[in-house]
Amino acid sequence: MIIVLSLSTATDSITEVILDDIWGTAMDALSKLTGIDMFGFPFMQRAYLAAVCIALIGPLVGSFLVHREMAMIGDTLAHSAFAGVAAGLFVNATFGTNVPPLFTALIVAAVAALLVQTLVDYAGAYHDTSLAIVLAGSFAVGSVLVTATDGGIAVGINSYLFGSLATVTRVNATILVVLSLIVTAGITVAYRPLLYITFDEVGARAAGISVRRYNQLLAVLTAVVVVAAMQIMGVILVAAMLVIPVASATSIRGFKRSIMGGVCLGLVSTVAGVTISYQYDVAAGGTIVLVAIAVYIVGMIGPRARNSLVSEHTEGDSATVTGVNAEGSDKGE
Amino acid sequence: MAVIEVQEVTFAYGTRPVVEQVSLGVESGEFLGLVGPNGSGKTTLLELMIGLRPADSGSITLFGDPAQASTQGDRLGYVPQDVANAKDEMPITVREAVRMGRYPQKLVGRFTDADRDAVESALQRVEIADLADRRVGRLSGGQRQRVFIARALASDADLLALDEPTVGVDAESREAFYDLLNELNEDGMTIILIEHDIGIVTTHASKIACLNQELFFHGDPEAFVETNALADAYGGSQSILQHNH
Repeated sequence: MIIVLSLSTATDSITEVILDDIWGTAMDALSKLTGIDMFGFPFMQRAYLAAVCIALIGPLVGSFLVHREMAMIGDTLAHSAFAGVAAGLFVNATFGTNVPPLFTALIVAAVAALLVQTLVDYAGAYHDTSLAIVLAGSFAVGSVLVTATDGGIAVGINSYLFGSLATVTRVNATILVVLSLIVTAGITVAYRPLLYITFDEVGARAAGISVRRYNQLLAVLTAVVVVAAMQIMGVILVAAMLVIPVASATSIRGFKRSIMGGVCLGLVSTVAGVTISYQYDVAAGGTIVLVAIAVYIVGMIGPRARNSLVSEHTEGDSATVTGVNAEGSDKGE
Repeated sequence: MAVIEVQEVTFAYGTRPVVEQVSLGVESGEFLGLVGPNGSGKTTLLELMIGLRPADSGSITLFGDPAQASTQGDRLGYVPQDVANAKDEMPITVREAVRMGRYPQKLVGRFTDADRDAVESALQRVEIADLADRRVGRLSGGQRQRVFIARALASDADLLALDEPTVGVDAESREAFYDLLNELNEDGMTIILIEHDIGIVTTHASKIACLNQELFFHGDPEAFVETNALADAYGGSQSILQHNH
């Protein structure tokens, strides 16, 4: 009991330091400086904090997933997290407890991550089937649990399904910051083995890197990102932040630089998305994803449009463009 | 000194036998060409030799340790099959890929000058220093092969294992690539090469192992050309194929 009490006091003081002393002060100053009231509202301050965290950890983990063609795992784990939220709400409703649903979501999603990884290890490859089974199974468990009580929790579940700025309570914001720190630390420490495995899995095994262990780590970190981002993005759209900013940044040369590029493009999407969502009172998750897709399209069309303009106008540069194309074509020889 | 020692090794995928009772040793400084028809178990044998798979029976040592438990991953450079077509969209640069050679020794922590020097001299050794900041996915097949060799050199590897490295590489680059392998071999690198072009293997390798489930031949290229091992191994494969259909 004493441990629980001291733990919750510690959590409270961490929350105060992060939300009020550091982030709150900075955002208040920004609000005064720009004259924009929105930055001064505590709930919007929390939403922007969440936006920054999601933009950071999504591409950080997503870069490895996308280039291993594992993008679907985000969706699968999001649905497991949904089952976890439902389980938390169910337990709270049935036993009168007060467990934050994000905690149960985290546990269920992490277990599902290890389950997917085990299925993959035995099936030998990232079979869609393994992912589809875990995805559908989790969602089935979630939907059964939601309807197993008198309907009270069905209301609470909606905000997790579609995401909302209002879901980012003080507790949730603190959880999000802590989870983001864990993900960032995890990727920083495991960057080299993860990069090696992403580029050349067999070579990594030959070099003595424990591929299985790092695959599990990546799956669990994905689960953490999904749970962290779920409150704003919603279960159905959460995987987007693992994929779209990464896809937008693939034209950047250098893996490390493309991760940073992904984080920057992610920031543009989440901050703009949260702002638009508040201004027009529309769903935050959907708005963020639409902005991210717009960024992707601009990134895809922009360089091509520029290239075709350049090749029309200057002879020297058009030679460079042709050179690049030729380079691309001779690899099939 | 034997770098690899394979003794009476057998391996099967489920009930389908792939490698049967194979014994052979690879000496330090040797250039071993591994030949055999498609589906003859060449890749599996190579994977067994470098500890990527456990054998069903028999024993394999790599650098004197049981291959599966070997902790000397930095002494081994591996060039996988089909690198010419893999990972086109990954935005990794040549230098980033070659730096991986240092990773087994340094999974975390800052790169020292020695690490950076090893990477730069590996890039120069295989003559791709001018491509260092290019994306691997934008290189030609022949250039990509060199990236993988450079990665092995950066790790100070003394054993190079290559699985049909020149698939998808044009003839001219292929010739240059095998000349490079010979140069590395002369400098003391032990090489194991799987290659379907028997002409190339007999020209460049110092030892030949001819495999079709069982080991049909193991010896000098000159002796290999004179024996019937090739016909035996490939003839065997044709009858196996007919049985399967």
